[in-house]
Amino acid sequence: MSSENAMKSQPTSESNGTTAQRLIILEPGRSERNYWHDLWHYRELFLILAWRDVSVRYKQTVIGFAWAIIRPFLTMVVFTVIFGNIAKLPSDGDVPYPILVFAGMLPWFLFSGVLSDSSNSLVGNANLISKVYFPRLVIPTSTAVVALVDFLISFSMLALLMVWFGFLPNWQIIFLPLFIVLAILASIGPALWIAALNVKYRDFRYIIPFIVQFGLYVSPVGFSSAVVPEKWRLFYSLNPVVGVIDGFRWCLLGGQSPIYWPGFLLSLVVVAFFLWFGVRYFRKTERTFADMV
Amino acid sequence: MSDVVIRAESLGKRYLIGHQSVERESYTALRDVIGRTLKSFGRSTLDTLRGRQIIAGDEIEEFWALREVTFEIKRGEVVGIIGRNGAGKSTLLKILSRITEPSEGHVEIRGRVASLLEVGTGFHPELTGRENIYLNGAILGMTHAEIKRKFDEIVDFAEVEKFLDTPVKRYSSGMYVRLAFAVAAHLEPEILIVDEVLAVGDVEFQKKCLGKMQDVAGHGRTVLFVSHNMAAISALTSRCIYLNKGSVKIEGSTRKTIEAYLDSGASLTSNSYKAVAGSKPSIVSVRTNLESRSSPLISGSRFRVFIEVFCPELVRPCVSFQIQNVDGVPIIHCESDGTIPYVEGSVEFSFEIPELSLNVGNYSLNVYFSEPPGGRAFDVVENACRFSVDILETTSLFGWRPDVCAYIVKYSCSLEHRPETGFANRTIGR
Repeated sequence: MSSENAMKSQPTSESNGTTAQRLIILEPGRSERNYWHDLWHYRELFLILAWRDVSVRYKQTVIGFAWAIIRPFLTMVVFTVIFGNIAKLPSDGDVPYPILVFAGMLPWFLFSGVLSDSSNSLVGNANLISKVYFPRLVIPTSTAVVALVDFLISFSMLALLMVWFGFLPNWQIIFLPLFIVLAILASIGPALWIAALNVKYRDFRYIIPFIVQFGLYVSPVGFSSAVVPEKWRLFYSLNPVVGVIDGFRWCLLGGQSPIYWPGFLLSLVVVAFFLWFGVRYFRKTERTFADMV
Repeated sequence: MSDVVIRAESLGKRYLIGHQSVERESYTALRDVIGRTLKSFGRSTLDTLRGRQIIAGDEIEEFWALREVTFEIKRGEVVGIIGRNGAGKSTLLKILSRITEPSEGHVEIRGRVASLLEVGTGFHPELTGRENIYLNGAILGMTHAEIKRKFDEIVDFAEVEKFLDTPVKRYSSGMYVRLAFAVAAHLEPEILIVDEVLAVGDVEFQKKCLGKMQDVAGHGRTVLFVSHNMAAISALTSRCIYLNKGSVKIEGSTRKTIEAYLDSGASLTSNSYKAVAGSKPSIVSVRTNLESRSSPLISGSRFRVFIEVFCPELVRPCVSFQIQNVDGVPIIHCESDGTIPYVEGSVEFSFEIPELSLNVGNYSLNVYFSEPPGGRAFDVVENACRFSVDILETTSLFGWRPDVCAYIVKYSCSLEHRPETGFANRTIGR
C-alpha cells in the first residue's frame, strides 16, 4: 500500500509527508520485482512517445498522412495486375481481386511496420536509453502505435474500395478488432527480440528490410492462401502472418474466405511462442542496454 | 526509521574495453591483414553465438570505472560529487538513476528519483517548444497534470513565450538550453540527481539556475550534484564526496573536500608554471615573488607576478590574470595596458600590487594571453600559481577564518558613548 502511495506522483508537499517510501534496491543481476507495476506507472510516457512518433512521422512532407494510403494502394494495384490478371490466380468466392489483395495488404503492412519500426526503435532512441531510466519496453511498444495509426488510415481506403465495387462485409466484421490485436501481437514478439539483439549486434538493421521484403511474397498477401496445396497448408501456417491474414480475410470478405482451422491454431501457437520468447529475451537483456547501445 | 535515503555498499562497475595491439606495426603485409581480419571475424561470430558483446581490438581488458564505493546520504542533504575527468562520477550517477546496473555491490534508495544527466534529453527538433515541454517533462518523470500546472512557470523561466509554437530546431542554442533547463528545474522529485548541466547558457541564466537549485535544496529535497565548477559546488552543497580513480578518496564537509581536491591538482602545477614555447603564441612561464608554496604571502605586503609569453610572429601581446580563491571565485583582476607595440619573441610582463590585503586562505592565479580586445585569444592557464596568505599584524576579534571575507580593507570604527540616552530609546534608535 505504501509503495502505491509513493508511486502516485502527487505534488511533493504530500509525498514528502509520507515517511514510508518505495525502497529500490540495485544489485547486479537483480531484475526489477515490480517491473509490470513500473510499466503501468510509465503509461503516460508510453502515450507521449507514441504521440511524438506519430506527429513527427509526416512532418515536413507535402501530402502528409496520404502516404499511409498511397503506399498500400499502389502495391495493391501492382499485385492485382501481377497475381490477378497476369498469373490469373483465383480469388475467394466472388470477391473482387483488388479487395482480396487489400484485405491481405492491410494486416501485412501493420505487421511489417511494427516489425521494422520497433526493431530499430531502441537504437534510434539511444540518447534516451543512456540518460534516463524507464522500463525499456515502453520504447518498442510505443513505436508500434505509429504502424497502427497508419493501418487505421489505410483502412479507410479499403472502405472506399468496397463502396466502389459494391461489396459489403457480413456480420464477421465484428471480430476484426480481435485480429488487429493478433496482428500486433504477432509482430511485437519478434520485434522485441530483434530490437534487443540490434542493441548488441547492429547486423539486424540489415536483416530486417530483407525479412520484410521476403515476407511480402512468402505470406498470402497477393493471393489467397487457398491457392496453397492442401498437404503443404499446415506447414505454410508456421508463418504466423498466414493466420493473421486468413483471419482478416474471413472478417472482411463476409465469410467467403473460410479459415483453415488447424493452420490457424498453429499460427496462434507460433505467435504465442514468439511473444513469450521476445518478451523474455528483452527483459533479460534490458539491463545492459545503456552500456551497449 | 533511519533517515538515510541512499545507501551504497562497495559499489563497483566493470566495463570491458578492447585494445588494438598490432595497429602501430610499421610493416604490414596483406597476408597479415587478411589473417587478422579473419581472426577477428571468427571471434565476433563466436561471441555472437555465445551471446557476448562484440569488442573491437585484439586485447580485452577489464576496466573498473568504480570500485568499492561506499557512502550514505541522508534525507534533505545536498551532496556534491567532485573529481577529475574519468574518476567515475558519471558512472556513479548512472547507477543511482538506474540507467545501468552495478557489477558488484548494492544500493538502497528510498523515494522517487529524478535524474538530470543531460539538458534536453529526448527533445525532438521537429516538435514545437510547447510540445517539447510535455515530451521532456514526461521523459523526466512528470505527470501530464503536473506539467500542465507548471506550464506557465516553465515558459516564464525559459523566457521563450514568443517562440512556443516554433519547432525547436529553429531555436538558437541558448533558447534551446534555457527551455530544456526550465523543464528540468521544475521537477519535484524526492531525490534529484544532477550531472554537470550548469556549464551551459549565459552567466545570467546560470545564476538563475543556481538560484532555482538552491530553492530545490531548501525544500528538504535530497540533491546529488556533480560539477567541476567549485563555486557552484560550494554555494550549493554542505557535504562532498571526492572520487578518485573510481573510489571515494575523501568524504566530508565541502570546504575540506574541495581544498583536498584542489591541492591534489596543485602538486602538479606547484607555485610556478613553465611550458615549452611552441609554434603558436603561448604563455611560457608564470611566477610570483613568493619563493615556494611554504612561504606564504603576508596580507598587506607587496605581491609581484611575472608572466612570460612567447610570440613566434609579430603580435601585440595583452596579458591579464585573476586571483581566485579555493571556490574558484575570482577576487582580483589585473591586466596589461593596451598600448603595447607589436613585438616578436619572448616578452615578460611584471605586475606589482603594492599592498595585497587578501584574507587568510589558499589562492591561485588564472592567466590569460590574447591580442587587444577584438583580437585572437592565444592561451589560458588555470591555477598557474598557487599560494597561501597569512595575516600577521592585523588582528580580528573573532580570529581570521577563510570564510569570513575575501579581502581586507583599511577602515576605522569609532564609538561614541552617550550615557544620557536611556533604555527606552534603544528600539527607536535603529
